[in-house]
Amino acid sequence: MTEFTPWSALLGGGLIGLASGILLLLSGRVAGVSGIAGGMLRPEPGTVGWRPAFLLGLVIGVWVFGALGGNLDSIRVAAGWPALVIGGLLVGFGTQLGGGCTSGHGVSGISRFSARSIAATVLFMTSAGVTVYVARHVLGGGA
Amino acid sequence: MNRHTWIALGSGVIFGLGLAISQMIDPEKVLAFLDVAGQWDPSLVFVMIGALLVMGIAWRLQTRGVQVDAHARKLSIPGHGIDRSLVIGALVFGVGWGLVGYCPGPAIASLALFSLEAFVFVAAMLAGMQLFHYWRGTGAG
Repeated sequence: MTEFTPWSALLGGGLIGLASGILLLLSGRVAGVSGIAGGMLRPEPGTVGWRPAFLLGLVIGVWVFGALGGNLDSIRVAAGWPALVIGGLLVGFGTQLGGGCTSGHGVSGISRFSARSIAATVLFMTSAGVTVYVARHVLGGGA
Repeated sequence: MNRHTWIALGSGVIFGLGLAISQMIDPEKVLAFLDVAGQWDPSLVFVMIGALLVMGIAWRLQTRGVQVDAHARKLSIPGHGIDRSLVIGALVFGVGWGLVGYCPGPAIASLALFSLEAFVFVAAMLAGMQLFHYWRGTGAG
């Protein structure tokens, strides 16, 4: 069971929006993480450097949080190896087929009222919720 | 490094900091949000509210033609309407997200923790992306 943390969630969300806004206004690019990561696998000439720089930034951001005294010790991944591998494959394949994930569709798309992104977000939230329901309450006995 | 590389790095750092502060990088927190029928933790609704408010302002500036940076590239947004790829892709992504609690941003950011789980997940995710491009015939090789 986790604690309800609306204020840190709001602040963190605001920073995610700020980061996406900076990339949009200063570079004219959409901060969709699955698109940025997927694009690294088939690099176009002249656009190579910024993608790994953004992804490295994500990692550095977590280190900055730790350096500022943020608690990272309580983070645990409950999933076993089969779930990690299958989940990773589905997330990779699905985000490329669907053209985005929680950042590209969920943040950048919904904030410009894109019907496509709103539909994608409703769909992946729903299938994620159903997956958790089945895993925890049907197969897992309500853990 | 050119200016766009620095902008991307800075944006990434702020994005990663936001993922950490909001606890999006904690799969337990994400799964508690997705588990509506269990001990539901609605915190991540507030992540969306915060992100959408700020990004909504950025879009308004962008579409009003505010030239914040003359060096920014002309924005192109891919749009194919709500087609079968979008629907199936989103549903498939959601199943993977629900299995582990990682979506792409938090998974990559979690490499900062040097956890074996994050490395395995990210490797599988990149393999899934590559698999898609082979299947589509758009892989670089």
